[in-house]
Amino acid sequence: MTSPVVRSPVLKRRDAWTYGLAGFVVAIALWELVTRVWLKSNAQLAAPEDVFVALTRLVTDGTFWQETGRTMRAWAIGLALSLVLGVAAGVLIGSSRVLWHAFRPTLDFLRSVPGIALMPLTLLLWGPTLRSDVFLIVFGTVWTLIVQTTYGVRAVDEMTLETARSFGFNRIQRVFLVVLPSSLPYLATGLRIASSVAITVAISAELLIGNPGLGNQIGLARSYGQFTEMYALILTSGVLGVALQAGSSALERRFLRWHESQRAAQR
Amino acid sequence: MRRLSPWTFRVIELVATAAIFATVWVVVGSNRSYIAVPVPDMLKTFASVWTSDHLWNDALPSLRRLALGYLAAVVISVSLGFVLGMSRRLRLACLPVLGFVRAIPPVALLPIFLVVFGVGDVMRISIIVFVCCWPILLNTLDGLGELDETMLATARSYHITGADRLFRVLLPAISPRVLAGMRTSLSLAVLLLVASEMLASDGGIGFFLFQSQQAFRLSEMWAAVILLGLLGYVLNILFTVVERRLLRWHASTRAQH
Repeated sequence: MTSPVVRSPVLKRRDAWTYGLAGFVVAIALWELVTRVWLKSNAQLAAPEDVFVALTRLVTDGTFWQETGRTMRAWAIGLALSLVLGVAAGVLIGSSRVLWHAFRPTLDFLRSVPGIALMPLTLLLWGPTLRSDVFLIVFGTVWTLIVQTTYGVRAVDEMTLETARSFGFNRIQRVFLVVLPSSLPYLATGLRIASSVAITVAISAELLIGNPGLGNQIGLARSYGQFTEMYALILTSGVLGVALQAGSSALERRFLRWHESQRAAQR
Repeated sequence: MRRLSPWTFRVIELVATAAIFATVWVVVGSNRSYIAVPVPDMLKTFASVWTSDHLWNDALPSLRRLALGYLAAVVISVSLGFVLGMSRRLRLACLPVLGFVRAIPPVALLPIFLVVFGVGDVMRISIIVFVCCWPILLNTLDGLGELDETMLATARSYHITGADRLFRVLLPAISPRVLAGMRTSLSLAVLLLVASEMLASDGGIGFFLFQSQQAFRLSEMWAAVILLGLLGYVLNILFTVVERRLLRWHASTRAQH
């Protein structure tokens, strides 16, 4: 009997590419098959070749890039704000046991509130704008970043901190030269999660309440009945997601090369 | 460093949380923005809305969709994990495609599900299933990849096979991983539930939320926001309780006590 146990023998790079490519070919063939069978009865479906044609039309179109730029701008502003707020609050809360216990229940609560529930609220406050996108991104990411930072701060080695103290580092120097660098791996994890949450929140808000950006383009294509364009746009949002994931893990590898967690992961 | 007793921390937690709540109460009460509904009104509406017809027509159907979609996702993705776990070639072929599909922001998939399934519970439940599957599936595969050789050999030499092997050896061994994936999926499930009810509307908490906002019934809108916040919070707590119970034997949870 074949056992359902994953063995990991030495992976051959070429094997991985060949099989991966085959997987995509099969997936596209399945898509083709599904549309061939159902296309006549459902005009809202689109065959892969048509979607790829629409895709090439999209990437040569200025509006598409402009809207993608808007989504990315909301992503960047939201993430940056969230990072600054999260790290500041996290260092503060993490460095005191009393503060940590004082804020933990509230943080746990806020962290589990689905940000999507606030969308109608932001729509009333600011309408479908960049500001609403940014607010929702910050709300969706900042609690996780605060909590991750506090974990990082609380995991700082006491001995290192003592050493810094006996060398006469003042509080600010200790925060920037000891606490922050050693909590970087926790922060990196938080940031990787936050980055993918941020893009999800941005696209969701754009699609559901019409904030300007890629998600709104998907919604518009749907309401104008341009289904081929709609599928092409959804594919590009996947490409964006993949690019962001690859980007954040590359950054993590680059900046945390000195840290054990990365050394182990490099294998 | 001074040692404080756990009880002191409990007291700090309670007092501070009450203080934060009171501050929000006062700030919201004195706020002039039309969107700020005084907290007492908010709570009164909350109580009256969720004891009326809306409980049966909106809240409970939402919970049903959530539960069905989430549980189906768990069963499907763990089984799929075992299938993919059998063959390295299958994994090499499937994982890149799955990685791409997973990278699509889940709400962007909603229009596709609307086209294929139309408006209705089938669409809402299947999008939850689809999106919640990936984190659990990937974690199941990770779990199967790190199974202890000695444990497997022991099971073999005791002739533990078939269902016994599955339910008493393999599933318990990967359960910490599976539960980690399930935790990620839980918040995705709530997100997709609300999003699907907002986009294609004929009932549910998300539908009620959107409608109240469109009609400027602000305290009702807040009632829905609070309910969703509580739902997220309670689900997380329940999950933690279940996780602790299932993993009582596991070292990583024992360390937390």
